[in-house]
Amino acid sequence: MNNLLGRLNFDALPDDPVTIGGGIMMSLTGLLVIGFLIYTKRWKWLWNEWLTSLDPKKIGIMYIIVALLMLLRGGTDAMMIRLQQATASGGDGIFTTDLFQQVFSAHGTIMIFFVAMGLMFGLINLVLPLQIGARDVAFPFLNSVSFWLFAAGMVLMNISLVIGEFSAAGWLAYPPLSGLEYSPGVGVDYWIWSLQIAGVGSLLSGINFLVTILKMRAPGMTLMKLPMFCWSVMGSMILVIFAFPILTATLGMLSLDRLMGMHFFTSDFGGNPMMYINLIWAWGHPEVYILILPAFGIFSEVVATFSRKRLFGYTSMVWAIGAITFLSFIVWLHHFFTMGAGANVNAFFGIMTMIIAVPTGVKVFNWLFTMYRGRIHYATPMLWFLGFVTTFTIGGATGVLMSVPAIDFQVHNSLFLVAHFHNMIIGGVVFGFFAGLTYWFPKVFGFKLNEALGKVAFFCWLFGFLLAFMPLYALGILGATRRLDSYDPSMGWQGLFIVAAIGVGVIMIGLAAQILQLAYSIYKRRENMDTTGDPWNGRTLEWSTKSPAPFYNFAVIPEVNERDAFWEMKQTKQDLRAKHYQDIYLPKNTGAGIIIAGFAFMAGFALIWHIWWLAFAGLLGIIASLIIRTKNDDSEYKVPAATIKELEAKT
Amino acid sequence: MKNIEKIIMVVIFCFWLFGLILILSQGSEVSILDPKGQVAAKEKNLLIFASGLSLIIILPVFALIFGIAWRYREGNDKAKYKPDWDHSRLLESIWWGVPFALIVILSIVTYKSSHELDPFKPLEAETKPLTIQVIAMDWKWLFIYPEQNIATVNYVKFPAGTPVNFQLTGDGAMNSFWIPQLGGQIYAMAGMSTQINLLADEPGDFRGSSANISGRGFSDMTFIASAGSNSDFEAWVGAVKKSQKNLSENEYKKLAEPTVDHPPTYYSSVQEGLYKEVILSFLLPS
Repeated sequence: MNNLLGRLNFDALPDDPVTIGGGIMMSLTGLLVIGFLIYTKRWKWLWNEWLTSLDPKKIGIMYIIVALLMLLRGGTDAMMIRLQQATASGGDGIFTTDLFQQVFSAHGTIMIFFVAMGLMFGLINLVLPLQIGARDVAFPFLNSVSFWLFAAGMVLMNISLVIGEFSAAGWLAYPPLSGLEYSPGVGVDYWIWSLQIAGVGSLLSGINFLVTILKMRAPGMTLMKLPMFCWSVMGSMILVIFAFPILTATLGMLSLDRLMGMHFFTSDFGGNPMMYINLIWAWGHPEVYILILPAFGIFSEVVATFSRKRLFGYTSMVWAIGAITFLSFIVWLHHFFTMGAGANVNAFFGIMTMIIAVPTGVKVFNWLFTMYRGRIHYATPMLWFLGFVTTFTIGGATGVLMSVPAIDFQVHNSLFLVAHFHNMIIGGVVFGFFAGLTYWFPKVFGFKLNEALGKVAFFCWLFGFLLAFMPLYALGILGATRRLDSYDPSMGWQGLFIVAAIGVGVIMIGLAAQILQLAYSIYKRRENMDTTGDPWNGRTLEWSTKSPAPFYNFAVIPEVNERDAFWEMKQTKQDLRAKHYQDIYLPKNTGAGIIIAGFAFMAGFALIWHIWWLAFAGLLGIIASLIIRTKNDDSEYKVPAATIKELEAKT
Repeated sequence: MKNIEKIIMVVIFCFWLFGLILILSQGSEVSILDPKGQVAAKEKNLLIFASGLSLIIILPVFALIFGIAWRYREGNDKAKYKPDWDHSRLLESIWWGVPFALIVILSIVTYKSSHELDPFKPLEAETKPLTIQVIAMDWKWLFIYPEQNIATVNYVKFPAGTPVNFQLTGDGAMNSFWIPQLGGQIYAMAGMSTQINLLADEPGDFRGSSANISGRGFSDMTFIASAGSNSDFEAWVGAVKKSQKNLSENEYKKLAEPTVDHPPTYYSSVQEGLYKEVILSFLLPS
């Protein structure tokens, strides 16, 4: 029995009240959803309409649902971190050291991998095919596999709350701390395998979307007529393709160290932990640009649309994206100036880092001059943009400060650094994705979100952000390092920690306002219906089709002559109604994606708990289902022209 | 609420927040803005210089954002509206060029300061530098004085005005050695030896800590770095010499057991070559 289940036994169940509470809450939510499905007999609908769907819009919605659920968990973790540090002056605080270390490790992992990445891929799925006038992505089945691998990684990561424990080694799990010697438990293994599975999904998505942009554009849409969001996604996906294999290989080596006692990253027997730090940041630095570039793209669309003006300096913008994409691969060493590389090496990477500020600054000025001589309509997406520019500029400046190695020596690993990257990720990535969600919501669901509640949410996020992170800059200057579970009262840090905790509370109110906004908007949807398909007076092709976009996206593939293709069509009063329709071929639904991810989850779980037979079965399952899927040639179905005509006539 | 009122609210809030942070930041004794050594002082000046330089970009951006956002709002028909104006070679050259020029200036400063403040570089001073070997252990700092043949835990003393050459290694997970008021940090890693050269300009007790997570006891991995006069230091060495404890190989093994918040401890003698042995135990494990 013991051998059959590897390391798994009843000791794996949680024993401290906080974890038990979290576990119970999670299980209850799951039961509630299952109960609802049983009660309403929605299983078949769920399977046919959603779980097996290859429609990128539906996959996008599922990505976003997962990401928002994870935002709630990551936010709860954030609140716990702040509560601990606000109460830990001279004492133990309200959580144990071990729990606290697991919580901040989980917070970082969840926020980057399952919130930011999820929102990003969700939005790309929703918008990208529509913007380039395509009906689908290049590889629809691969897209489903990507999503389900992402979901499998998410489930695996959250199961650690109930069975076993999570990593306590920080979100990037530096060895030797994350090695077998210092972290013998299952926590680091949970971290490795949930990222490994989700990471493969991300890589597949990267390939998929890059090919989609390069091969599936509507006739006439040359690269220099591509909407800016698509350009930014292209940069981001190129980074995904180059960076994620590094992550996979690095995690692979770390797991070999842990599973088979190898010595890639141990301190002894010829291993080298510094190599891990190099490799993980060779992925990790591009990763932040993977996230921020699409956010830049969203802002480019939002600013142009709401200023009722063409995007300023399109060519500059493209060059800036190109420069950022290239430079983001030669700056990774700035994450460890303090590891003792020589002065020349540090100076090189420092200078490369500060050069990135130039194209980023160019983008900011171009946005400002898009607004200049425009007619700015302040809908919520535009407010998110204003919030972004003000906070992101501060974050950019502190980033440039830290790119000077000699300054970095004093603020590295301090709360100053923590404040800086939250400045970039909340002010940049999160604000950007929220702007995108509000902006494209009517295209996906057919009605707008409530503006008043959206504004409440925005101001809570903005003020909450300032309250939560400006004190952290001060704390860093005062010598407070990150990840402290307690500190001496004589440091005088507690007041600032309390202010920061209040700030996170305000952000939580903002989050609650967003949930309320969603519920209220659904309830009052009849008042906010988008009947035109073009609620914001948009410029790009996604607004030329109906809202919600039909499953075939476009009845007739549009032809493009200009940069802002749809704006041009509106200006020249082109008749957008199609004259004659053709048959459309779309991919059939398939359960293969969810099945493959199910096997991947099984293998991951088994490897964590050393249940070798199950791991083997899982791997075999993945291979078998892939082979069976490739044997299936009957993967498309026809939507006859007559049906399209009927559907189009309805509106 | 009108937009202008919102903007005013934001500005007032920011000032209030700034003030609050300023008030709460008082009274701390570890601030990197209150340096007590030449390295930290230079790093502080650099921080202020670079902050000033970045203000050259930040201030115009803030002025532009609020100005443009207000002037070109919907409903202000006095403002010009040119929906197709999307390009200006002159303007774009300015914002490629000016930031680039600033970065060139900062790059030169970066290159120079990276060399000048390279932690490995010996400091220039009239007195002969003191060597202290540091071993980051689970979870405490061991300081070995090879010339004086004494050792201490979680307390390190040296004369003010004398450059100190800290040589660092680890016996456990990775740590980062940081005394904010004396100068920036460097990693202490097992099987490797790094260095940091620091100098205290005046006598005083400074807080040191580990800046990198190394496990359960990491938060309590703090120590006092005490700078005294030369005679103080001599007297202190004499006092340590009288300690009953010797840091033999066995004693080191006992010390290597993980402990949290280890009290300061003094050893009157140290086994010769202990620092090297600890490094070698990782390079040539038995």
